[in-house]
Amino acid sequence: MDVEILARVQFAFTAAFHYIYPPMSIGLGIVLVIMEAMYLRTKQLIYKQITKFWVKIFALTFAIGVATGIVMEFEFGTNWATYSRYVGDVFGSPLAAEGIFAFFLESGFLAILVFGWNRVGPKTHFISTIMVALGATLSSVWIVVANSWMQTPAGFHIVGEGMNARAEITDFWAVVFNPSSMQRLGHVILGAWLTGAFVVISISAYYLRKKLYEEFAIRSMKIGLIVAFVAMTLQFVSGHASGSGVAKNQPEKLAAMEGHFEANAPADLYLFGWVDTESQKVKGIAIPNMLSFLIHGDTNTPVKGLNAFPKEDRPPVQTTFQFYHLMLFAAFLMTVILGAAGWFWYRGKLWTNKTMLSILTLSVVLPHIANQSGWFAAEIGRQPWIVYKMLRTSDGLSKSVTANQVLSSLIMFTLVYLLLFALFLFLLNEKVKAGPFAKTNLSEEYRDTGNQVAPWVNRITRERVEQDTE
Amino acid sequence: MDLNIFAFILVGVLLTGYAILDGFDLGVGSLHLFAKGDRERRILLNSIGPVWDGNEVWLVTGGGALFAAFPHVYASVFSAFYDAFMLLLLVLIFRAISIEFRSKYPSPTWRKSWDIAFSISSYLIALLAGIALGNIVVGVPLDKNHELHTNVLNLITPYTLLVGITTVALFMMHGAIYLLMKTEGEIQSKVRIWVQNAMIFFIMCYVSLSMITLLYVPHMADKLREQPLFFVVALINMFAVANIPREITKNRPTYAFVSSSVNILCLMSLFAIGLFPNIVPAVDPSNSLNIYNSASSAKTLRTILIFALLGTPVVLAYTISIYWIYRGKVKLDEMSY
Ligand code: HDD
Ligand code: HEM
Ligand code: HEM
Repeated sequence: MDVEILARVQFAFTAAFHYIYPPMSIGLGIVLVIMEAMYLRTKQLIYKQITKFWVKIFALTFAIGVATGIVMEFEFGTNWATYSRYVGDVFGSPLAAEGIFAFFLESGFLAILVFGWNRVGPKTHFISTIMVALGATLSSVWIVVANSWMQTPAGFHIVGEGMNARAEITDFWAVVFNPSSMQRLGHVILGAWLTGAFVVISISAYYLRKKLYEEFAIRSMKIGLIVAFVAMTLQFVSGHASGSGVAKNQPEKLAAMEGHFEANAPADLYLFGWVDTESQKVKGIAIPNMLSFLIHGDTNTPVKGLNAFPKEDRPPVQTTFQFYHLMLFAAFLMTVILGAAGWFWYRGKLWTNKTMLSILTLSVVLPHIANQSGWFAAEIGRQPWIVYKMLRTSDGLSKSVTANQVLSSLIMFTLVYLLLFALFLFLLNEKVKAGPFAKTNLSEEYRDTGNQVAPWVNRITRERVEQDTE
Repeated sequence: MDLNIFAFILVGVLLTGYAILDGFDLGVGSLHLFAKGDRERRILLNSIGPVWDGNEVWLVTGGGALFAAFPHVYASVFSAFYDAFMLLLLVLIFRAISIEFRSKYPSPTWRKSWDIAFSISSYLIALLAGIALGNIVVGVPLDKNHELHTNVLNLITPYTLLVGITTVALFMMHGAIYLLMKTEGEIQSKVRIWVQNAMIFFIMCYVSLSMITLLYVPHMADKLREQPLFFVVALINMFAVANIPREITKNRPTYAFVSSSVNILCLMSLFAIGLFPNIVPAVDPSNSLNIYNSASSAKTLRTILIFALLGTPVVLAYTISIYWIYRGKVKLDEMSY
């Protein structure tokens, strides 16, 4: 295998794995702000307990987000050195801004959010919670700006030629507000809210189904559901804006997302399908001419198809199409589930309906599926360019790195990330099982007497501790 | 002062901040296994608990600033030392999660494994950082496109290894002094012994490294001879090192910690002065990457200057408040690690 494929697989894998965690931190951040605000307003102890519990979950996702984020920060230099030389002048500043304006904020105030309950007053603590949520959101701002610049470059000019050509910034604000950055940012943040809200919904539904901690679970779930309703509604507006943006700025990506080949004809909107690249047809169910309507407000206006572009500039069709439709399918399922949950809530049956609660518990994977497949569609649809219409992915590689090196590091990341993921699920499960009133991180001093204690003893200890907390 | 010099100083300040702040975290990590029993280890862990992640952000921001200001250095160094960086990333991951995960599950095996991972990764980060600095001091074989084709094993020479070990010793001493401030009672008397031993370890490395550098890499000292002001930095450095044992005997750990931080500041400054205006000196000097041929355009450097002017006061303000909130001795409570 050559360096290019390996480097792409490694980047995709490490970015996708990283992207499991940031949406949860960003989304939970918002939810925590709401929960703590309720505590300050109502002064009811239950809201303090609610906030404390979700802070523990937040801390867990945050930890893995940090560990995997560091990899991303340096991977541009290790694997994409030529790309880094080419775009450093433009791309570096958002990355530096992310450190100065976002990560410091997030990691600094996290200290108070997690450990500060007894050290600072309730108001200071609440401000810290807001700062952490703000920091998480800001880091998505800068990184999405940087990535959007690769999709729709603006505010720069090219200096030098051939080997030495590179992009130089001419207008910083044109880079920040490049044609796709703001609509994609909105879309990413709403996706993150949905992700955080569904984490809360899922765990609360699990407790309700088991008839545990019911008051805690109902109040948490209400907050989660409201955030999810709002975000899901707005996500349709934002998704539509993203789609129109792609139609305008990256027509070949849009054509690939919908499997539209004909150079200049009205286009259909597929609900699902399979692209047959030989016959240049999609087999599936479509709403005729709907794509034309969505983009131009008229069913007969032609949309540029893949055949309008030179072969070597076309993105892979099948994968782009499938990932894009997977995102839409996940969005559809979430809408249906949230609608049903809203109906049961309105009828007052949500907290006891076992089927609905099971569905809600499992639905936590849906926003993740939408997030991941959305990114894959956006990134694969940009191919063969690493910077759209400027630099090909194959030209962005590091010159001094060999296939063996990348293969070894890819194997290393695969093993380490699988381990991380397993540990994450294990600890999350432990936290959920221990319940909202458990004392965390028990000291193990009693073990130093030498006796090995069976796991069930832990559980008993934990339950005992539970009883004497607040 | 031109923008390129400013950017050089900015990256230097970020990396020095990293060395001083994460330096004590890493030092605590390398001492971790000397603490016995769950309670002692938790005290060590919680002494850095609220601050370690913020400290590591200095490295992340340093990396971002390097990318923005000197993209050629970012590209050359990271791809040239690919395997070394992958190892560094591996230990950074393990260090982060061992701190976070260790106390989240009450099983002795679980906790012991994370204790070991935490400690080994802390040693390796210090060692790798030191070896990298050592290589930059002696110069690397960059070709005329600033690319480097070499086996990582060639980067480990007796000299670079000595720089690596000195870094380990430096952080160990720094971390031990930090612990002296944060602990009390029985564990503090243990820490006192660690401080003594780490000081001896560091001073031995420091003296031998200084002599060997003057003998084998004399160009690092050229600037000190030319410019008496720089010589003062070397003097302050010696005083700072000598002052540490003095403050320890007087039982003033905070002053000792300040001295130790000044020591790191001086060491990093001497390193930067020795390099300037190069960032990565090549074996063939005409291929070196310096602050001009590796830099971004003036416009980007100016943008970074504005970021730094806006960001630094705010970041410093809340970093200091957070250290202030967590001042005093470590107390374990329900939310601790
Ligand atoms: C939409 C949001 C988003 C996206 C697309 C990315 N990140 Fe991320 N990143 C975050 C949102 C985020 C976050 C929410 O701010 C994290 C996750 C958990 C956390 O603690 O901070 C984070 C952590 C995080 C850290 C650790 C910071 C620390 O030590 O506190 C680094 C260095 C990066 N990221 C770098 C990157 C790079 C180089 C990316 C691009 C390839 C990237 N992230 C994609
Ligand atoms: C976090 C969510 C992200 C995911 C899941 C993701 C996913 C992917 C995928 C699947 C590819 C491979 C495309 C292919 O080779 O066919 C890729 C490539 C790439 N992406 Fe992203 N991406 C994410 C965010 C980002 C961001 C924020 C940036 C830049 C700031 C970025 C920059 C790149 C680069 C440099 C490549 C490598 C070149 C390439 O293979 O095209 N990605 N990403
Ligand atoms: C409601 C219907 C939705 C529509 C019409 C829609 C549309 C789109 C479009 C057109 C893109 C590609 C943008 C580009 O390439 O620049 C995209 C990307 C993406 N989508 Fe969606 N989307 C929808 C729902 C969702 C949901 C519910 C989520 C997550 C919970 C989500 C997460 C993402 C992500 C993370 C990306 C990649 C980042 C980006 O390019 O903006 N989408 N979406």
